[in-house]
Parts: sequence; structure tokens; C-alpha cells
Amino acid sequence: MTRSALSVLVAAAVVLTGVPSTSRAATEIQFWHAMTAVLGERVNDIANKFNASQSEYVVKAVHKGSYPETLNAAIAAYRAKQPLHIVQVFEVGTQTMLSSGAVYPVYQLMKDHGVAIDWNDLISPVKGYYSSTGGNLYSMPFNSSTPILYYHKDHFKKAGLPDKPPATWDAVESMARKLKTAGVKCPFSSAWPSWVLVENMHAYHDQPFADNRNGFDGLATTLKINGPFGVKMMERLARGAKDGWFTYGGRLNKAEALMTAGECGIFTTSSAYIGNLARASEGKFAWGTGPLPRLAGFPQGNSIIGGATLWVMRGGKPEEYKGVAQFFKYLASTENQAWWAGVTGYLPLTNSTAKALEASGHYVKNPHQKTAVVQMNAGKTTPNSQGIRLGNFNSVRDAIEEQMENIFSGNKTAKQGLDDAVAKSNDILKEFAALYR
Amino acid sequence: MSRAVFRNPWLPYALVAPQIAITIVFFFWPAFDSLRLSLYRASPFGDRLIFIGGGNFTRLLGDPAYFRSVATSLGFSLVVTVAGLAVALLLASLANARIRGLAVYRTLLLWPYGIAPAVAGVIWLFVFHPSFGVLPYLLSFVTDYQFNWFLKGWVALTLIVIAAVWKQFGYNLAFYLAGLQAIPGSVLEAASVDGAGPVRRFFAITFPLLSPVTFFLFTLNMTFAFFETFGLIHAVTQGGPGDATSILVYRAWKDGFDGLQLGYSAAQSVILMLLVIALTAVQFRYAEKKVTY
Repeated sequence: MTRSALSVLVAAAVVLTGVPSTSRAATEIQFWHAMTAVLGERVNDIANKFNASQSEYVVKAVHKGSYPETLNAAIAAYRAKQPLHIVQVFEVGTQTMLSSGAVYPVYQLMKDHGVAIDWNDLISPVKGYYSSTGGNLYSMPFNSSTPILYYHKDHFKKAGLPDKPPATWDAVESMARKLKTAGVKCPFSSAWPSWVLVENMHAYHDQPFADNRNGFDGLATTLKINGPFGVKMMERLARGAKDGWFTYGGRLNKAEALMTAGECGIFTTSSAYIGNLARASEGKFAWGTGPLPRLAGFPQGNSIIGGATLWVMRGGKPEEYKGVAQFFKYLASTENQAWWAGVTGYLPLTNSTAKALEASGHYVKNPHQKTAVVQMNAGKTTPNSQGIRLGNFNSVRDAIEEQMENIFSGNKTAKQGLDDAVAKSNDILKEFAALYR
Repeated sequence: MSRAVFRNPWLPYALVAPQIAITIVFFFWPAFDSLRLSLYRASPFGDRLIFIGGGNFTRLLGDPAYFRSVATSLGFSLVVTVAGLAVALLLASLANARIRGLAVYRTLLLWPYGIAPAVAGVIWLFVFHPSFGVLPYLLSFVTDYQFNWFLKGWVALTLIVIAAVWKQFGYNLAFYLAGLQAIPGSVLEAASVDGAGPVRRFFAITFPLLSPVTFFLFTLNMTFAFFETFGLIHAVTQGGPGDATSILVYRAWKDGFDGLQLGYSAAQSVILMLLVIALTAVQFRYAEKKVTY
């Protein structure tokens, strides 16, 4: 299908769903998001609470499918000149949005409407990721998470291991080997293979992921993941796959099904998985969390954030943008931030939110939610750990995961697989750079 | 054949107009737009559109992964088609026999066709899942071999082939059953009288008489395997492991909608379109000669 055909379809969908209700004179604001299930309900809660708090604006929260589907819907709507105001875009879409010229930068929007928000209160990994080089925030931070480590306490007991998460990759390997001997089907596994095991591991050990300071100083055109660190990391995982202590569970978050089923001993995935695991494990097995394991001999960096932010699209009317600014102001209040982080398990985005959650005793009741906060606070923000900004990042991630599979299956050596991933990614990155030369 | 005559000369055109309009809007327009877009480097939001001539095509043809994808698609489609038709013909012959409860069997056999490819994918995903699937569990009693299609390309491909064949099975069966019932009983009886056994009767009479149906189904199944298995692959393997199940249509979708490389994706769909046109033309040109209507 081509983009015009798609635009027609989306335009039709917009016309069908987006007709303003005539009973209210309030200005309508379209907010497209990708949150499903419980998270989707929480998004509706925020919109409803904001709508109830004033009468001038109505925020319509509309679920548009997965993150890529939501982004595609926004692109099609924008190209079809159908106004849409706020769209939730995942972190891999950041560079695409920044380059597009289709967005109204959030710092500008707030300044234009005289709404003061203390952006310096944002925790630095979040602020760094979504700000331009000049330190201006381009999109509204919304849901951020970072990978952490989970472990299955019952399996640990069975294998005679202490009730403590492994702090290093050496420990992961030796513990996973013991778990395997004890008959655990999935001694170690990880969801989001590229995000956790490649992107985050590079940042966490202060290793560069791409040139131009991971794309922050200009469009990146070369990946750096085939260096000594990347190869060492992949060689260990390839060994794990071969010896049976690492169970590869598929791309994206597919592997989470293994942990949810209680099969894994050690598992790494997003901190946003806590809620799901808590629900799935209730009455079945006990688990704990810990910071990501470290690889000995490499410096300290920090884990990077995933999740999404809210982008404001150009092409709307002035009064609508006034409403968007008011909605963001409402979102940014510490009270609402603390509520959102508390009910969803996403990272608190500002320092005052973290303090408020601490003061309210939230972390005493939900100790696992603190793991990610502690991990990020313990890290060091360096040029390599502030985040990764790549054009066509989704394709790059795909190229990496494709080769990870070739490495784990033994079809290629770690070095060969990473070299191939870099070659394909560079081709993708150069295409993007050529667009915006 | 009798000729239908319309009194109003415009009426026939008016009657076909809706169909033509649909073809133009949903086929010709997108197809020409892809053709145009394939010559450009296009940004996702449409703010940049740089003419690069055959740039997207040279990028594609310089990528060995693309040729792997072409080979995978052709091999996959051929296996799905041949296996699918063989199984359907075999079971149709059996279902055509005079046995009790035939109506029930036929209905049951037709069922899989009513299932969407993505749903079929999910069903097979549960059957095959390396951790909680039924089949790997049963196989673990027989062999120590790990049928993990998250990592083993041939297992993933086999899984997709089986699911695709199963999905298309009901459709093929329906046509073969209809074809079998159209074969006059007297011809088969005459052959029996001449001393031909069931196997001989099948290959000397039934199979040649079914050739129009086989030809029709062959073309249709090839197209199905080329395009409509998308939902299946998307639900189960996402083109992996590595690029083992990355058939052309999946690649084009992934680069376009997941990766937002629109011009590059358009170039892939243009090649795909040419390939399918060529394939169909070859089938009509050579295969049709062997068909007896």
C-alpha cells in the first residue's frame, strides 16, 4: 500500500471518529496514544480528570494501536492535513520526529502560552534524551522506563543459590549454570534483545553506540557496537545459548511470556514489566529485582530510558494549542506525576515526584519500583549514556536483532554477526542522513 | 454460448462501473503511486522528497539479503502450493467416496478456511511454542533435538509452511470436491470394466480431468503464499530468526511501515508486482497448454 492510499484511509477514520460533539462548545484536543489494557485505562483517567477540572477544553484520548501503528497514524493524518494535536511516540521515533519539521516543540509551546514549567526538575536522563542540543525540551516526557533484572526466588532456592540478584555478568553466568543443573528450563533470558542487551549494555558501561555522540551532535551514520565490548557481551550470550543457560525468547517483548509463566530463573526487561509480573505471579511464585548486571573491566555509565513522550503536531488552531499547553501543565504537576508513576510503575520523571513518592511511603509498599530509580541514580551520565538518537531507529534495531539471532543460533560468530549488523545499520543510517543533508 | 443483449448501450458500462472504480482506487492508483514513490528518497512526514532515479533499486539489488528473500519467497510459495494441493487432492478423493457421515466430514474439512491468517498463526504458535507448545512437548519424548524456531530457521520456515497449507486447505478441498463431482461416473466405470485399478483410474482419468481446477488453484495458491501469508508471518515469526522467514511482502511492509523508509519500500513493492505479473504470465503461457477444459 502506498502512503496516499493510507492517508485516504486514515483521513476517513479521522473524519469518522473525530467529529466534534456538538453538545459541547469546548475546544477539542485529539490525543493519540499506544497504551493498552490497564495502562490505556489510566490514560483515559488522566484525560477525564483534566476534562472535569475545567470546561474550556476536552481532551479526547484515542488508542491507535502499537507504537509503530500510532506513529504511522499520526504521519498519515498529518500528511492528509487532518489536525491532530498530541501523539505519543516511542523513544526510537525521537529522531524521526525531531527531523520532521512537523512538530511544535514543547518548550516553545509553553513559552508561547505563558505556562511556566520547571524543566530542571526533570531527572537528567529524561531531560537529556528529549532535549535539543541547546537544552530545549522538544516533547513532553510521559512514560519512561529502564531495564532492570528480575529473578525467580523459588528457582534460586531450588538451585541452592542465595536470595540475592546477580550483580555481574560473571555471576549471571555461574548462577544460570547452577539453575540449569537444578532443572530450570529457562535459566536466563531477556526481552527486548537489542534495547536491553546491546543498547543499554553499551550505555551502562560507558561505551559508544553510534558516532556523533550517539546521534546527539548530529545525525549518526556509523554504529559502534562491533567493538571489543560488544563482541565480549555477545560472545558470552552465544556461549550461554550453546551451553543452554541462556534461552533466547524472541524479538520485542516476546520473551516476557517465559518469565510470566514462571519458567525463568534470571530475566532482564523493562521496569514497566513489574505490574504484569506481580499480577501473573500472584500465589504462584516469589520474585525479586535488582540492578542490571555489570561486565567487569569496563567503566560505569548509566542505563538509558525507553518508553514514550508526547509530541505536539503542527497544523492546529491557536486556541487548540492553548488547550494543549493547559493539559501539559496539568500533567506536569507533581501530584499528577506521582499518581501516574504510582499507578503505572513507570519511572518518576521529576526529582520532586520521586521525593513525593518516597515521602508517601509508596516505595515501602512497592519496593521493586524503586530498583530502577536506585539504578539510575547510581549511574553516571556521560556522552555515551544520555541516550541514543538514530534516524530509522526501528529498522536499525531490527537489523541488530536479526543478527543477534544468527549469533545465538551459532550461524555466525559474535564478531561476524555484529559486523553484519553494523554494515546493514550504516546503510539505513546513511539513507536517513541523506534525506536531511 | 448465448449472447446477452442490453437494449440500453450504457447499461453494461454502468453495471461494471463500480467494479472498475474499485479497481482504480484500490489497485491502479496505489500501484502507480508506488511506481512514482520508488524513484524517490522520501521522509516519513513528507517534508523531504528527493528524486534519486533508480537509487532505491540499485540499493536493493546490491543487497544479498534481498536475493535471499526472493529465493525464500519462491521456494516457500512453491512448497506451500504443491504440498497444499497434494494434501487437498488426496483428502478430496477420500471425501468424495461414498461413506456414512460424509456431510459432517466435508464441513469439518472446510472449516480452516474460515479462519483469518493471523488467527491461524496464533493457533499454530501455541501448538509449536518452544516453551509451552504441545508439539515440542510431545517431540521431547522422542528426541533430544530442540525444535526452537526462535533460533532455528528451518523449523520456523516449516512451521509457516504447515500453517499456510492448513489455512488454505479448506479452500483447495472445496474446489477439488466440486471438480471430482463433475467427473462423469460412466468414464470411471468404463475404465473399471477395462480392468484399471483405483490408482490407474486416478492418474489416467481423474487427474487429467481435474487439470483446469489444479491450474486455477495453483495460480491462486501461489498468489496466496506470496501475499496473504503476511498475517501468518507477522503473528508468528516476524520474519526471523535472522531473515529465515522474511518473504518479499513481509520485507516490503517492514521497511515501509516499521522502518518508515517509504521510497525503499515502494521499490520493493514494484519489484514484487513485476514478479507476480511475470509468474502469472508464465503460468498462463505454459501451464495452460497442458490443461484440458
